Amino acid sequence: MSIIFNHVCHSYDADTQLKIDALKDVSFKIEDGEFVGLLGHTGSGKSTLVQHMNGLMKATSGEVFFDGKDIADKEYSLKELRSNVGLVFQYPEHQLFEATVFEDVCFGPKNQGLEKKEIELRAFYALKQVGLEEEYFYQSPFELSGGQKRRVAIAGVLAMKPRVLILDEPTAGLDPKGRDEILNLIKKLHDEEKITIILVSHSMDDVANYVDRIMVMNKGQLIFDDVPREVFRHVEELEGMGLAVPQVTYVMHALKNAGMDVNCDITTIPEAVDEIMSCL
Amino acid sequence: MPMSLIKTKKLTFEYIRRDEEGNVEAINRAVDEVDLEVKAGEFIAILGHNGSGKSTLAKHINAILYPTEGSIWVDGMDSMDEDKLWKIRQTAGMVFQNPDNQIIGQVIEEDVGFGPENIGVPTEEIWQRVEESLKTVGMWEYRKHSPNKLSGGQKQRVSIAGVIAMHPKCIVLDEPTAMLDPSGRYEVIRAARALNDVEKMTVILITHYMEEVVNADRVIVMDKGKVVLQGTPREVFSQVEKLRELRLDVPYVTLLAYELKQKGMNIPDGILTIDELVEAIKRAKSVRRD
Repeated sequence: MSIIFNHVCHSYDADTQLKIDALKDVSFKIEDGEFVGLLGHTGSGKSTLVQHMNGLMKATSGEVFFDGKDIADKEYSLKELRSNVGLVFQYPEHQLFEATVFEDVCFGPKNQGLEKKEIELRAFYALKQVGLEEEYFYQSPFELSGGQKRRVAIAGVLAMKPRVLILDEPTAGLDPKGRDEILNLIKKLHDEEKITIILVSHSMDDVANYVDRIMVMNKGQLIFDDVPREVFRHVEELEGMGLAVPQVTYVMHALKNAGMDVNCDITTIPEAVDEIMSCL
Repeated sequence: MPMSLIKTKKLTFEYIRRDEEGNVEAINRAVDEVDLEVKAGEFIAILGHNGSGKSTLAKHINAILYPTEGSIWVDGMDSMDEDKLWKIRQTAGMVFQNPDNQIIGQVIEEDVGFGPENIGVPTEEIWQRVEESLKTVGMWEYRKHSPNKLSGGQKQRVSIAGVIAMHPKCIVLDEPTAMLDPSGRYEVIRAARALNDVEKMTVILITHYMEEVVNADRVIVMDKGKVVLQGTPREVFSQVEKLRELRLDVPYVTLLAYELKQKGMNIPDGILTIDELVEAIKRAKSVRRD
């Protein structure tokens, strides 16, 4: 169940004066079960990139393969692709529209043409997955809190049983409690349901704490693609792209500059505690 | 001693939900007997998770909401006094979360001029105010641009300029950075700081990002409609356990210092910056050597 990008380019308003190259020769492979963080400044091309993964946008040149098949093929079923690759947009709660939470979650599987019983089973299971209590199932989604609404929106995508879940800044605008709930939910989906996760984020600290691999986009190009500690070694380059490294990594660099013999390849608090204690 | 610009006494606000017949279905006490004083020139940060009452409290400061019980005075004016409504709104301006909901002009300088024009400022002075305000937030060179081509951080700075062009004594920023990327957040917080440092304006910043709070004069933490903690950032962030109980964040640097202390390292409470932490670790290390 891999996703392969082979020299993918995408231009907005191609053939006009306003042409903007949003993706420039992007190549990578994401394997089944990975937990990937996608970083990039606003306008770096990361949203364009993820929209290629479920066929919402077409590559201007290059190919995207899902499960070994070219998704631009005439015979390829984009409907099937979109069931397999679920995309949770920014502020997904703005897309809630049904009268009740349960009906809203049923909308996706209903459009897949499933039987009523299967639809309801899936909706029920998806709402359980996101940890929403049953008392809310038949309420209007608009009466829920921000964090709850967002979980309902994620359930709506999960009910389609995707094998890959892409989340575009799923914690934007949430308070720390809501943020932790959503990130823990995503981690659970990855660990227990074995769903491949692609997390688009602005928060270096969130990414450092959760993902196994980081892809960094800048001006339409894939600049870094590696494990967090390797990517976060590039402090100056990342800052030059309007990004940063985790706070903890800055602390380690500051300690080193102050003459302490510490390892700077540290991205989380527990790692930092161990490293500092061992230097005393 | 400067006079308090904002003062509340047992300020209480209840959201009342009614059914179709108008019978009361539920009462939600969003702000619960809050006593608060903000002095002119202070930079105050208000923390609290969603539903803690911080936005409801903020909306009392420029009389969008009125107290169910208790009172609030803005620059000495009671917000229940209808004659003072417009004066209060000129005294305290407000910037909201969503950058796309607050700009109405087709051109940035027109948007910023909209407020002063509405309160009858003479044309010449309007242009002066537009220039000052846009320069304060660093958006002067964009004055002829259309707002819809701006980034989120730039839009929020234009919103701030629109408020300061009204010459308020106080500006309330309600999660102005929640929808922005890191560089946008930095721009907006820098603009807010400049208002306080240079223009001596009273700033009330509501936020979830702890890193934005460390430079405030005073931090107020709300939970369930009440003020549960207040003090300098150092005093508040010394209470890591309590903040965690309230499900709030602590700045990462503070948290790292706290974890090191838990491991037995001799580090003071309430470390707020990387430099402080480095100093503390060096000191702990040299003590151990001796």
